Amino acid sequence: MGYGIRLLVWGNYACFTRPEMKVERVSYDVMTPSAARGILESLHWKPAIKWVVDSILVLNEIRFDNVRRNEVGGKIPAGNVKKAMKGNPMVLCQYASQDRQQRATLLLRNVAYVIEAHFEMTAEAGSQDTPEKHYAIITRRARQGQCFQQPYLGCREFPASFRLIEEGEPLPHSQLRGEQDLGWMLWDIDHGDGMNPLFFRASMKDGLIEVPRVQEGVTVK
Amino acid sequence: MAEAIKNRYEFVLLFDVENGNPNGDPDAGNMPRIDAETGLGLVTDVCLKRKIRNYVDIARGGNEGYDIYVREGAVLNVQHKKAYEHYELKPESKKLPKNEADAKKVTDFMCHHFYDIRSFGAVMTTEVNCGQVRGPVQINFARSMDPIIQQEITITRMAVTSEKDAEKKDREMGRKHIVPYGLYRAEGFVSANLAQKTGFTTDDLELLWEALINMFDHDRSAARGKMAARKLVIFEHETALGNAPAHKLFELVTVAKKDLTRPARAYSDYEVTVNAAAVPAGVKLTEK
Repeated sequence: MGYGIRLLVWGNYACFTRPEMKVERVSYDVMTPSAARGILESLHWKPAIKWVVDSILVLNEIRFDNVRRNEVGGKIPAGNVKKAMKGNPMVLCQYASQDRQQRATLLLRNVAYVIEAHFEMTAEAGSQDTPEKHYAIITRRARQGQCFQQPYLGCREFPASFRLIEEGEPLPHSQLRGEQDLGWMLWDIDHGDGMNPLFFRASMKDGLIEVPRVQEGVTVK
Repeated sequence: MAEAIKNRYEFVLLFDVENGNPNGDPDAGNMPRIDAETGLGLVTDVCLKRKIRNYVDIARGGNEGYDIYVREGAVLNVQHKKAYEHYELKPESKKLPKNEADAKKVTDFMCHHFYDIRSFGAVMTTEVNCGQVRGPVQINFARSMDPIIQQEITITRMAVTSEKDAEKKDREMGRKHIVPYGLYRAEGFVSANLAQKTGFTTDDLELLWEALINMFDHDRSAARGKMAARKLVIFEHETALGNAPAHKLFELVTVAKKDLTRPARAYSDYEVTVNAAAVPAGVKLTEK
């Protein structure tokens, strides 16, 4: 893959929430491919390209921590906003004290990953959108620390630091040894198909998780 | 309306607490939050955002465009009606088409009215795609410079709660948890690109800095003790995408304890250094 990049990302905390444990969030053991895609997209993305995550290298030992926070339970009803726009007096604000939920988060701490990914051109690509151009943009931004928005590790309160691993530069060493089955993990959400979640069977060998391409028999809905 | 900001920003906020509980942990009986492995104190991002919201409500409450969406306690001014009349949006048809333009109007309306939605974003999805905004301002967990001591203080009250209790005793005991002293460091990000989407202006940014500096002055309570913002260091990039990695900028602000042999009990026990000489080209440093 000629236009692949390797990005080192790290941070103090991370929470890649398991979809089955969302109320009191529990993180997956490792970063999901969809979270890795999100990080790449916060550096550079255009409708002309689509990021494909090839592998995720987990560098640090997997450790968890627990944080409980006061959160609000509800969301803004869109209908009320529309009524308000029509001029009906509505109370649009949310009272945190009346809609209080205390929720725990089982999060990861002290994480570092190497995301190996490439991009593919989509049908939206115009004549100006050459792969070379987009490759140049992403590598320049990753080198200079530029980003569209600061990337984060699962939730926005856990910012990610990032650095490009140059071509030919050796990969950092992973602390993990041996093979580990991580079970079924979220691969990504299919935005084109009614937000359908796709899963894959993840296994990690010496810290490396190979991310399969979507094809029949590999991912399940 | 004023234009959205065009530069990326990062900031470091140093704040301290004296004999107070900056952020209680509901999992630990409201003891100050602590990182169990290092003993460093924590203050969550949402705790700081709550104080920013409260400050903005006090400082700009009642002004159009500065309402606060996630509220605490009672609303003093329900001025929505007035705001709608001033708003130049044509009424929608009764049936609500689920198209993008419609969803955009709804989110724009909310962004226009609420400061916290413009800054931090909000989820407005009772149905898919009705509107969800990410705000430009992103804050991380604040951590103390040194391990904190969680001190438990037992207090007494010379009265009892119920009549039944009165038969047995004439006073009750309570507990307070305090940190004798802690200097905390929070780091944050402001994305110019997301600011375009929510309409977060330079005025809004100034208000954010104002709130960060003053928010503790309007958050006095029996539990908090003496909290104060000590230093706000702002890194302004020349461009929207930024000119240097955020972690390198954060490393320019270092805090060292002057006397390692005794516990810190005041801000003067620390030396804060901002390495202004090493600021990369294209980044402007401001200290407030």
